[in-house]
Amino acid sequence: MSDATADSVVLEARDIVKTYGATRALKGVNFAIHRGKVTTLFGENGAGKSTLMKILSGVTTPTSGEIVLDGAPVVFSSTVDARDRGVSIIHQELSLAPNMSVRDNIFLGREIRNATGVDYAEETRQTAALMRELEEEIDPSTLVEELRLGQQQIVEIARALSVNARILIMDEPTSALSASEVEVLFKVIRDLTSRGVSIVYISHHLEEALQITDYAVVLRDGAMTANAERSEIDLEWIVRHMVGDHYDRGSPPGGYEFGDVVLSVSGACVEDKNKGALLVDNLSLDVRAGEIVCIYGLMGAGRTELLEAVAGRVKLAGGDVKLEGRSLDGLSIAARIERGLVLVPEDRQRDGLVQTMSVGENLTLASIGSFVRRMLTQPAREKQIVQDQIRDVHIKTAGGRAAIGSLSGGNQQKVVIGKMLATGPRVILLDEPSRGIDIGAKAEVFRLLGEKASQGLAVVYSTSEVQECLSIAHRIIVMSKGRISAEFGPDVPKEDIMAASGEAVAHDAAIH
Amino acid sequence: MTNMQNSKAGPVSGGLGNIEIGRLLLEGRAFFALIVIIAVFSALSPNYFSLGNFLTMASHVAIFGILAVGMLLVILNGGIDLSVGSTLGLCGVVAGFLMQGVSLGGYTFYPPVWVVAVLTCAFGALVGLVNGVLVARFKVPAFVATLGVMYVARGAALLITNGLTYNNLGGQPALGNTGFDWLGFNHLFGVPIGVLVLLVIALIANLALARTAFGRWLYASGGNERAAELAGVPVKRVQISVYALSGLCAAIAGLILSSQLTSAGPTAGLSYELTAIAAVVIGGAALTGGRGTLRGTMLGAFVIGFLSDGLVIVGISSYWQTVFTGAVIVLAVLLNAVQYKKRPKAPAKTAIPA
Repeated sequence: MSDATADSVVLEARDIVKTYGATRALKGVNFAIHRGKVTTLFGENGAGKSTLMKILSGVTTPTSGEIVLDGAPVVFSSTVDARDRGVSIIHQELSLAPNMSVRDNIFLGREIRNATGVDYAEETRQTAALMRELEEEIDPSTLVEELRLGQQQIVEIARALSVNARILIMDEPTSALSASEVEVLFKVIRDLTSRGVSIVYISHHLEEALQITDYAVVLRDGAMTANAERSEIDLEWIVRHMVGDHYDRGSPPGGYEFGDVVLSVSGACVEDKNKGALLVDNLSLDVRAGEIVCIYGLMGAGRTELLEAVAGRVKLAGGDVKLEGRSLDGLSIAARIERGLVLVPEDRQRDGLVQTMSVGENLTLASIGSFVRRMLTQPAREKQIVQDQIRDVHIKTAGGRAAIGSLSGGNQQKVVIGKMLATGPRVILLDEPSRGIDIGAKAEVFRLLGEKASQGLAVVYSTSEVQECLSIAHRIIVMSKGRISAEFGPDVPKEDIMAASGEAVAHDAAIH
Repeated sequence: MTNMQNSKAGPVSGGLGNIEIGRLLLEGRAFFALIVIIAVFSALSPNYFSLGNFLTMASHVAIFGILAVGMLLVILNGGIDLSVGSTLGLCGVVAGFLMQGVSLGGYTFYPPVWVVAVLTCAFGALVGLVNGVLVARFKVPAFVATLGVMYVARGAALLITNGLTYNNLGGQPALGNTGFDWLGFNHLFGVPIGVLVLLVIALIANLALARTAFGRWLYASGGNERAAELAGVPVKRVQISVYALSGLCAAIAGLILSSQLTSAGPTAGLSYELTAIAAVVIGGAALTGGRGTLRGTMLGAFVIGFLSDGLVIVGISSYWQTVFTGAVIVLAVLLNAVQYKKRPKAPAKTAIPA
């Protein structure tokens, strides 16, 4: 493929406007996708990324404006229509049937038929050919559930390629992958682009996206705020355009002395039930009242397992956890909450919220005891608690009776945090508190935690984004393979943190 | 519905009037269905619309209404209890057995009726407890666990009676165990005792669901068990409790039914679990758990009861009755799907993301 065609525009969005009722989700967005290049959409939640994606992939049509495919305006009537014209989308939640084989998944809904039914031999042959193209050793007859998540993603990509996708939209493709799986995915992406496939990439992980992208498009409040080639931009540029001018990562709260050690983990071990290996390996950690500790580590470093073991969700295989000097051994989650140790889980939808309950009921779920008198809940008292929490953690909601699903991701996260804060904890553990929420909400969450710490709360949060270590934490713990590999103060260079986590620093160098 | 007063989404509130009426019809569907049923049958038969008939119908409703209360608790938890019909039958048989006298070491004891009632209730709760432990501790899917218990309970009832029916539940004044027919035949303030029992159970359950920590825990663990557990809710205890309570309700219904029939047969309550489930579903509860109200379930029970009794009164064949009841259930589930599909999406559009 010559350079001239490689850089031509295959798909163009012109003045795309999309309104839902009175809300303008997109306010005239213009951008182009170039052949054989990766174009990344950056933007906070609610900036219009998903709406734009839905329009590009045929889920919905724009209110006004047009999509130009290969120089001619098109209207995608459905996702199937878009797919037939070469535009495929891979969603964040993979849409594979885990109980079926790789081959059956790839040809699901468009099986190759012959006189006797389905031509499995031909399907197998084509699947094997696709896998060879992607340089992934997956047997077509393997069940999808037996594959690692990264491999499942490759299968999704193979499925898109099997319908001759020329434009592939990938929504947060790395959010559940390990570092090595991300490597493989990026290699596949580069492979695809070299063959002329265009990629539209969406990610909250800015650093990662910067490694792979050729073009960056930044959205804010439904409008495009910036558009540039990779060579002209850096992380600061993206963040600046995403959030506007007022962006503050925050700094560790100061002006007070830490209190006594409230949380003391000594020699903690957590076993992997399936393999018997140690996910957390003899780890010790003390946290003082008023201190904010950040645990940084890659996927699989054991952060989640450590926090869940401390909170009582999984059993310790060895070691001990003490809260204010008293061992928590054998105590249930409820008893630990009672003593003042709470966990804000990583997966908000799965572990944090009860979708069938209102904002208020979610907020008070962990502290029901505080408004029950003579067996009965006291509505007036409960309402007071709900209002206090909504104000205290700055939840933007129509009120305590609003449906939890009506809140944005950031506000839902604040509900989960507010729910645990309402129990009056001494220690709060937060597992990736910023996952899937926009930068504005992240800043607010961190500001809130800083505020609580200055009032004497011990805060431990985990993250997989280096930027977030360097915000409010007094101390940064780096975990790798279940152990603490390094401990830093708040002024450490990013590179040191990444090096200690096992993330190759040569990584960045290899790309440029 | 979302309280829009504080919302910035001003323009949306213009269309709220229409939405509200539609929503009212949808959410109050069981209530409107009941009114339609009463109106239609009153027009068709002069005997339908009378206090006497309503009380008779209500005493029919009482049996599966009580079962439906227990079923609602289980369904709110995200489970299902297929064993209640059999438990009802078995508890009736146990009561009948106790009324015949218990031989112990050569002597035969005749427990008074209140003792029989208490023992039967305890027995029903125990059967429910078995369900609960199977589901919560041994992780047997609720459908399978309660299906198994359903067979075991029915078989046990047949074994105890050898397939026969206890016809003599009256007791004897000399033995001090009379009064079993009180539950089924007597009236208090003109209302059958069975209906009053249903009323009391419904009021207690309603209060428990709306105003106690247990109720909140139940809704939370039915809506999202993992989240509830992490918030400190004793999810296992709640799960075991709802099955035990469902068993207790089945026992009470069994006592009332055998008292009404003045006999305790091993096949009593056959397929009543399905009627109870239907009442809960017509009442708007979601089988996935977390959503449903006691008021809805009661309306659902009355819809089914008043419909089938109405069909009998106007002389429609029992085959058609079955068809009608089935159609109402399907329609109810259909409307449930409409209601719960709309819920999360409608507010999302008006939400202004941060």
